[in-house]
Amino acid sequence: MMRAFVTAVYGFLYLPIALVVLFSFNAGRHASEFTGFSFQWYGRALSNTFLMEALTNSLIVATTSAGLASLCGTAAAIGLGRAGPRTRAVFDALFGAAIVVPGVVIGIATLVALVQLFGIVNPALAALWPGDTPPRLALGYGSIIAAHGLFSTALVTMIVRARLGALGRDMVEASSDLYAGPFTTFRCIVLPQILPAILAGFLLAFTFSFDDFIVAFFVAGSQTTLPIYVFASIRRGVTPEINAIGALVLAASIVLVIAAQLLLRRRTPASS
Amino acid sequence: MASETLDIEFRGVSKRYGDVTAVHPTDFAVPKGAFIALLGPSGCGKTTCLRMIGGFEQPTTGQVLIGGADMAEVPPYRRPVNMVFQHYALFPHFDVSANVAYGLRQVRPRLTSSEIARRTADALAMVQLAGFGKRKVHELSGGQQQRVALARALVNRPSVLLLDEPLAALDKKLRTDMQIELQNLQRELGITFVLVTHDQEEALSMSDVVCVMNGGRIVQLGAPDEIYDRPADRFVAAFVGKTNFLDGTVVENGGNAARIRLANGMEIGARLTGGGAPGAAVSVSLRPEALRLGAATGETGLGGIIRNRIFLGSTAEYAIEVPGLGTLLATADHDAARSDLLRPGDEVAISFNPGAPLAFPVADNKTTQRETSHVEVLS
Ligand SMILES: Nc1ncnc2c1ncn2[C@@H]1O[C@H](COP(=O)(O)OP(=O)(O)O)[C@@H](O)[C@H]1O
Ligand SMILES: [Mg+2]
Repeated sequence: MMRAFVTAVYGFLYLPIALVVLFSFNAGRHASEFTGFSFQWYGRALSNTFLMEALTNSLIVATTSAGLASLCGTAAAIGLGRAGPRTRAVFDALFGAAIVVPGVVIGIATLVALVQLFGIVNPALAALWPGDTPPRLALGYGSIIAAHGLFSTALVTMIVRARLGALGRDMVEASSDLYAGPFTTFRCIVLPQILPAILAGFLLAFTFSFDDFIVAFFVAGSQTTLPIYVFASIRRGVTPEINAIGALVLAASIVLVIAAQLLLRRRTPASS
Repeated sequence: MASETLDIEFRGVSKRYGDVTAVHPTDFAVPKGAFIALLGPSGCGKTTCLRMIGGFEQPTTGQVLIGGADMAEVPPYRRPVNMVFQHYALFPHFDVSANVAYGLRQVRPRLTSSEIARRTADALAMVQLAGFGKRKVHELSGGQQQRVALARALVNRPSVLLLDEPLAALDKKLRTDMQIELQNLQRELGITFVLVTHDQEEALSMSDVVCVMNGGRIVQLGAPDEIYDRPADRFVAAFVGKTNFLDGTVVENGGNAARIRLANGMEIGARLTGGGAPGAAVSVSLRPEALRLGAATGETGLGGIIRNRIFLGSTAEYAIEVPGLGTLLATADHDAARSDLLRPGDEVAISFNPGAPLAFPVADNKTTQRETSHVEVLS
């Protein structure tokens, strides 16, 4: 009974995904029957310029937001390691909350906040600008990167904090006992040992941003990311081309997440 | 004492963590080239003292001086001391050579790389790890890691080496070897060693000066034999070495020649430390090796029945039940020819030299709770 239930749950979870992958290799047009093995939909997907543009957008947004998140998250983690116990507890709770808040809420909240901000900044810019065409802040790349970067910063902070905690104060003190100033200690002792965690954080942040539809949908403005493109094209019916994109995104995500896990599991990084 | 001859000096140094006072205001000084052991039970503030010398903790009050200079504003990386951490704190992402060379690489102006390589190799040879330079830290045994930690500190030729329970994680055989090696190194290099340990045997056997701490205060500072033979109070007598404590009351306080009546009514002479008016309760310490066992004579004196015998090789320990006094521990040299002399169940007479008993006031804490625990250093 229990077993059947569990099987059903996993079936519901993974069967549709398996079907997407299977039908991405379908020679025929229709999802109703598998008429033969073919790579043709992958070729079509890769030669679709709208699709490739959305993919490029997604890559730019994911790389930038994950990069920013890695920088800010690492800095936050190091800062928190030095903060008092009360400050630390408050910020740990805030970062934890940022991760469990549903995407819809983040999306709406970011949208509202950005629109309000633009409402204040744009008139001010227009008034102060010496030229004729003052720049206008609007939804687009910037707002997606900001929204993803904020969420991912929380993610990276949590991951790097865990690694820093395992490092302990001994290592830092030993370095400083051996005449190394704070900067050298960070560069030679701390950074090499938390680097796997930072990279893992980057990969997870990248995966999140690359796959995210909900938050991006709210704040993308006129920009199209890959998930938004897929969503839009599904209205015109599920084609094997969509399946091919889905299979590619799935493969990339799995590779990135596994790489992140391997980085996090490795105890001591290679000698430098 | 002139401060040029002192390597480390505490002037009224104390340390509080919130409500916890880890170290009460303390004055204390370590002469150049000494091997001093900070000895005391866990939580008595030894590590805190060491960390204040290293610069990892700031004193709440008072001054720490190294080589006569006030260290108040000096960060750990500018202090002429090096520390061997309790869990070694080796850098796992470096090999053995890189660990040892780390301190040399920070020296400005820079040392040449051949100089660094030579001194690193010398330091490794000094701790008998020549040829281990390319090993990874996690490929070494605990004893070898300990030696790397030692080489990593000594290669910098500090004026003071701080050691926080450096041998606690090693097994007994290795510990004994390292104790001898550390002593030899200290003599050869002439560097001041400050060793933190809770192991009284280690403190007594290795150091020139033992500093006994309890509850964040220094209770006694002196040469190992002085600490052992003339403990300052009941705590030191109990903590350093094994001893028997007998309850008694003061009959006559003559200082070095006080008369004490024991619980069984017997009166003995003892050296009374810490004062006590006639009638005051005291605790009399008698070391096990000060007790001599002989065949029972029936004379009035100390006597009892052997309840247990623990054979330790060169010596044997006897637990002797003495009517009115409880069980006393006595140590006797093992004499193979006569080993059948004393057996559990035998009656024995116990005698001791008149100078052996040391009496301490029982309610000790009032007399030792001075605001500052000031102790003179001998050098
Ligand atoms: N960072 C700290 N925060 C709060 N209390 C501490 C800290 N370090 C030490 N203590 C307290 O100070 C006292 C002395 O500690 P320590 O110097 O480590 O003792 P020892 O090394 O003799 O075992 C202990 O009661 C310990 O709990
Ligand atoms: Mg300690």
